[in-house]
Amino acid sequence: MPEAKLHPLVELTSTRVREFLREKEAVFWVFIFPVLMTFALGIAFRNTAPDKTLIAIENGPKASETASLVSRSPDIAASVLSPDEAAQALRSGKVSIVVKPVNDSFEYRFDPTRPESRAARLLVDDVLQRGKGRTDVASVGETRITEPGARYVDFLVPGLIGMNMMGSGLWGLGFTVVVARSRKILKRFAATPMRRSHYLLSFVLSRLILLVLEVAAVIVFAWLAFGFTVRGSWLSVALITVLGGFTFSGLGLLVAARPTTIEGVSGLMNFIMLPMWLLSGTFFSSERFPQILQPFIQALPLTALNKTLRALMNEGASLSSNWLAISILLAWCVVSFVVALKIFKWQ
Amino acid sequence: MTAVNGLDLEVFAGECFGLLGPNGAGKTTTVEILEGLTPSDEGTVELLDQRWGNGDDRALRERIGVQLQETQLAEKVTVVETLRLFRSFYGRGHSVDDVIQTVALEEKRNARVGKLSGGQKQRLAVACALVSDPELLFLDEPTTGLDPQARLSLWDIVEKFRARGGTILLTTHYMEEATRLCDRVAIMDHGKVIALGTPAELIESLGADQIIEFSVTQELADDELQRLPAVSHVHKRDEVYSLTVSEIGVALPALLAEIKRQQSELVTLTTHQATLEDVFVSLTGRMLRDA
Repeated sequence: MPEAKLHPLVELTSTRVREFLREKEAVFWVFIFPVLMTFALGIAFRNTAPDKTLIAIENGPKASETASLVSRSPDIAASVLSPDEAAQALRSGKVSIVVKPVNDSFEYRFDPTRPESRAARLLVDDVLQRGKGRTDVASVGETRITEPGARYVDFLVPGLIGMNMMGSGLWGLGFTVVVARSRKILKRFAATPMRRSHYLLSFVLSRLILLVLEVAAVIVFAWLAFGFTVRGSWLSVALITVLGGFTFSGLGLLVAARPTTIEGVSGLMNFIMLPMWLLSGTFFSSERFPQILQPFIQALPLTALNKTLRALMNEGASLSSNWLAISILLAWCVVSFVVALKIFKWQ
Repeated sequence: MTAVNGLDLEVFAGECFGLLGPNGAGKTTTVEILEGLTPSDEGTVELLDQRWGNGDDRALRERIGVQLQETQLAEKVTVVETLRLFRSFYGRGHSVDDVIQTVALEEKRNARVGKLSGGQKQRLAVACALVSDPELLFLDEPTTGLDPQARLSLWDIVEKFRARGGTILLTTHYMEEATRLCDRVAIMDHGKVIALGTPAELIESLGADQIIEFSVTQELADDELQRLPAVSHVHKRDEVYSLTVSEIGVALPALLAEIKRQQSELVTLTTHQATLEDVFVSLTGRMLRDA
């Protein structure tokens, strides 16, 4: 068979993909870990809504009567404890509120800064007042919604995909480039007529190829295990995924532009990724952070990516309605590539 | 920091030129300036009638093959994949299979780089330099750290390339290597060329072809030794005296008589043909390997 010489970009890219797939640990962290994480968190938070509110009743002459009143509510689990034990349980967050029966009335002890304690107060007060004879004046009907798209796992999957794209983009590029530099492979390539743009482009291309597999692994798993569905158009999701892939490849290239040691690049990567892990709304909405931090948080590339992915996947939104977040991603992408290419060192 | 200073060298087409010197002599810096990897502050480099930075560096790189001293090729990639990758960078060159055969790695064709021995890795590094069928081949310390067997097989590859009309620039701190492979040698020390010529010329320049090395119980006076017949140079390092002599048959009996006269006794004595190592020692007062 005559030997076909392939284009250098094809050879470089396939070498990158092969190298990655032969690195068992990398494969685990990029493909298996996010799936396991989706599974664990999806299971852990599966039944968050119907969880019972835990309360303590201080032991005393009226304790058992109070307990039987409270037990009429299916949403409350009460335990009768000594005053000391009850105080301890409240402090450590095991119960949300402590009820102390005093003659024919009740005293509530709770921390109003804890949302679950405020909710518990309303719940307990309601059942006790009714038990003591209060009657409702208006009748209400309620519809409970736990359809796909509004559950925690639906919120989680786009966030995990975003976080995974950040991690694999930064590690996949940053780490590999610095290893190649420290092993003088970059220098060796610089001694060939290889086009430098081909080399750098091959990293981005290999990243995009792996990205398709990464994202598909999480989505398919979430669909099989939890019935996760993408409401928006698949094309939009694909476009945003590619843009996210480019953006984090650019950031990876940027952190890898100069360092000559693994330690150096690891520090830089943590410096860049840590704020985004914390603030960019992977596990809970980033809107919960104080208002003063919001401009900073919203400007982070992972926040923009997570928001857009959620809007597309959960709400079925269109790309155009997310123009701001998409512009932020695009800006990060262009700036990091331009700067990275400018300051990149081959040896 | 200046690693290399005032170097003026010319390498002719079709020759194997050696830069010989101890570690830190500036050999690698010199080679990397020639390869266009390190810019020089001053001076010009002309390579195959071209210069670096004239806008056509890629065309020049097409024509040279490079093996770097410190490069460790990617470990998870196989021999044939590595060579295919390097081959793809060049417009013309050998087929990957031909090069694998040249460096005798047929059996390791599909082995990962990480599984190769030191000698095999080095042969692969040279294969990556040969795959473009270069006119000029740079080898930086190609056999450092290899066992004698691996060194021989690498020498074989270099000699084959040379026999096909290729030009080689080689650095080494092994004098046997320089003597065996190189048509001409430049001896470098502290960033300067301190001697230049064919190995035979350099050895001849010692004015002698034999070296006597000996040690004695009682220290001898250097100038007495210098006056002995047929002795051109006396050098003492630690406890060992080294005499450069033109006629060993004349010098040796005279030396023995002198030792007796100074009431000392011989502890060890060896003689050998002068080598490039002796040239280096006589020029710098140090040995190549521990300089």
